Amino acid sequence: MRAHTIRLQAGADLAGFRVAIRRLVPAGIPPEAVTWIDGEAASLFAEAELTEPGPALALPRAVAALIPSVVMHRDPERYALLHRLVWRVAGGERHLAEVASDPLVHRLYLMRKSVARDLHKMHAFLRFRRAGAGAGGRERFAAWFEPEHHILAEAAPFFSARFPSFDWSILTPDGSAHWDGRALTFGPPGRREDVPDADAFEAGWTDYYSSTFNPARTNLAAMRAEMPKKYWHNLPEAAAIPGLVREAGRRVGEMIARAPEAPMKRVPARALAAMAAQEPDSLEALNAIIRASEPLVPGATQAVLGEGPLGADIAFVGEQPGDQEDVHGRPFVGPAGQLLSRALREAGIDRERTYLTNAVKHFKFEVRGKRRIHQKPGAGEVAHYRWWLERELAFVAPRVVVALGATAMLALSGRQVPITRARGPASFGDKPYRGFVTVHPSYLLRLPDGAREDAYVGFVDDLRRAATLAAEARAA
Amino acid sequence: MDDALKKKLTVLADAAKYDASCASSGAPKRKAEAGGLGSTTGAGICHAYTPDGRCVSLLKILLTNYCLFDCAYCVNRRSSNVRRAKFSVDEVVTLTVEFYKRNYIEGLFLSSGIIRSPDHTMEQLIRVAKTLRQRHGFRGYIHLKTIPEASPWLIEQAGLYADRLSINLELPTEASLERLAPEKDGAAIQTAMGQMGERILQAKEEKRRFAPAGQSTQVIVGADASTDESLIRTSARLYDHYGLKRIYYSAFSPIPDAASILPSQSPPLQREHRLYQADWLMRYYEFSPDDVAGATESGMLALDVDPKLAWALRNRDRFPVDVNRADREMLLRVPGLGVRAVDKIVAARRHATLRLDDVARLTSGLKRARPFLIAADYAPTRLTDRLDLRARLAEPPRQLSLF
Ligand code: SF4
Repeated sequence: MRAHTIRLQAGADLAGFRVAIRRLVPAGIPPEAVTWIDGEAASLFAEAELTEPGPALALPRAVAALIPSVVMHRDPERYALLHRLVWRVAGGERHLAEVASDPLVHRLYLMRKSVARDLHKMHAFLRFRRAGAGAGGRERFAAWFEPEHHILAEAAPFFSARFPSFDWSILTPDGSAHWDGRALTFGPPGRREDVPDADAFEAGWTDYYSSTFNPARTNLAAMRAEMPKKYWHNLPEAAAIPGLVREAGRRVGEMIARAPEAPMKRVPARALAAMAAQEPDSLEALNAIIRASEPLVPGATQAVLGEGPLGADIAFVGEQPGDQEDVHGRPFVGPAGQLLSRALREAGIDRERTYLTNAVKHFKFEVRGKRRIHQKPGAGEVAHYRWWLERELAFVAPRVVVALGATAMLALSGRQVPITRARGPASFGDKPYRGFVTVHPSYLLRLPDGAREDAYVGFVDDLRRAATLAAEARAA
Repeated sequence: MDDALKKKLTVLADAAKYDASCASSGAPKRKAEAGGLGSTTGAGICHAYTPDGRCVSLLKILLTNYCLFDCAYCVNRRSSNVRRAKFSVDEVVTLTVEFYKRNYIEGLFLSSGIIRSPDHTMEQLIRVAKTLRQRHGFRGYIHLKTIPEASPWLIEQAGLYADRLSINLELPTEASLERLAPEKDGAAIQTAMGQMGERILQAKEEKRRFAPAGQSTQVIVGADASTDESLIRTSARLYDHYGLKRIYYSAFSPIPDAASILPSQSPPLQREHRLYQADWLMRYYEFSPDDVAGATESGMLALDVDPKLAWALRNRDRFPVDVNRADREMLLRVPGLGVRAVDKIVAARRHATLRLDDVARLTSGLKRARPFLIAADYAPTRLTDRLDLRARLAEPPRQLSLF
């Protein structure tokens, strides 16, 4: 049998290997007949032969996935081992990659693991140093790293996804990677001297590293297993290790030996007072908190607070502010609010003497063209605002609380109930006020003309009943 | 980096080092946007290891170590004589961003002593996270340790910016809390956890971004008389009820200037290690809390053998297990076989018959596994019945301490 020598590019020459294997295996050239060399120049196959790929081999996915990892390994035998794998798979052992106990497969998996670990360690242990300014005044950083395997091309995209906003270079003995804010490029090997030998934050970092170490837990074996010594000389913080270890025993001894002091007086008064003092003690204080808080769903212009006198007989709770409310910062000023005003008038209720608020304090919407379309708040959002609503109602102390629609009902009672069934007097749990449920006025606006009139009459009727309930409560 | 800032960093990192809950895993994968900074990989990255073998993944600091409270186990309690310091919001932001840019860290784990009031403190924590996200387009990992005494709406605001939230339980029982942390209220802590669990779940359903890496907690081991069994049962309940992602056990370390009601001794590291193993068995090996409890001796896990081996020694009648035939669930019970080894065995035996050599290639725990399994060319001879089996498999007392 003729012996073949195949020379691939130095490093991880996946393309070269692919071309070669696609020719070798179909031609029936067994692994024993091939010598693989990674390095320098061209192949001993005629150039033309090598660059022209054979037809793709149909390999099981697990095999195809294994090859690129193993190719990155620094072991000179890697191509020969992969050749044996592909040869056996093509020879009928289609499930070979699943037999992890097979000595060849086992070895390849170990190689893949070693490559994956090296990648992970490069992502973890690479340290950038500030290296002056980049193009257009951007910051520039540089790092020196010595990977165990040929992983630079595989490792670099992690850094461009993480650090797009400054320029950086990673130099290794095998090659270099560069990022200029737009593209990742690869170049020739670098030298350690090309990276600045200091950085303004390194000392602070080393201090941090030292301070976060707990001498009472010293466990050098565990440290070395995760951070092998070969990486230490490029980790600025590693310089602190010998000192930390030397001092550990003494520090622990001192802590343990120091006689415990006499127990101090442990009066919780101050802490408890501070906790009590943080509770908002008025509606204004609560409103100040709500106003200053971030909307749970971003987008709203401002929080829309409740309006009306403290001690109002009736409080109305709507769903959430709409477009108009968000603009004006006041509840029930949009079309639904106007309809509510009209209905209140017809029911003989003075809007000025009721308290109007919403279960959710911020407008949630979706932009469609130029319009901001109201979106129903989710149960989680409602629950998030519930604390505020409960505190708010406690300050207002109404006799009757009217839930306008299902969301308000959910906020007040914690339950999802269809309004059609719940409509009328209701209990919202153990509360100092009576409850009442009706539809939200915006529901009326969405009905077709015919149905709207009837529903409106029913709505006014509900309001009247709520007013009667309030009158009863006042009398009681 | 100026000296004043460096000094603060030393004090406030030192004060934070007793909190074990600082892994950076669990956030969905993210990349920085143009002009932004930071990404998450899903798996978490440890950027360094200190000589205690624990990783440095996040910048783990306190906003301040001044505290109104007086929890006996805590170095920052108000009656302690430690040096105090306080960062400004901007200082924490600067440190995080500058350390991040140099690839020292995966993000920030921020906690704080309670100053002025729990709400005030919580607001400051939130401001740090919000500034990082909004002003710096920071997409790295943020873990906030919330202040359970703060108002619920504030604790929940934290979920808008943080990847993970933790509410530390610290002590497994109400009684211990009462004795060692007089101002703390165990019921309030659990209520806060419950609410947080609900919000996280709802947000997931509603596809909102809210603490995507979930919540975790820390329990201190060895500061009170709780048994391992009670710790395990508390954990099981927390995982179940509140959907916690992780429970961290932290062996109580002697702290400088310790309060006198606490044990002054080396931290029970081996016990902590066994608790993690037991926790692991429940999360990945289909062990129930009762199984684990059944492997304890008057409520305590053995220190010389791992809990799975302890369980197997107690249940010898269930072994040996045939690697070529047994179902996955039972293979998972074999000491020395991890989840990955079991999955490889199950995949491989579909196409090959496994001998002992084959198994040896799939696990590093063959020594422990041998007495409990059968392979094509191997069956343990009475090994499972030997009285001295435990002694033969026990680890030599591991010097987990200094040198
Ligand atoms: S409240 Fe927190 S920081 Fe303050 S003493 Fe207790 S555990 Fe320590």
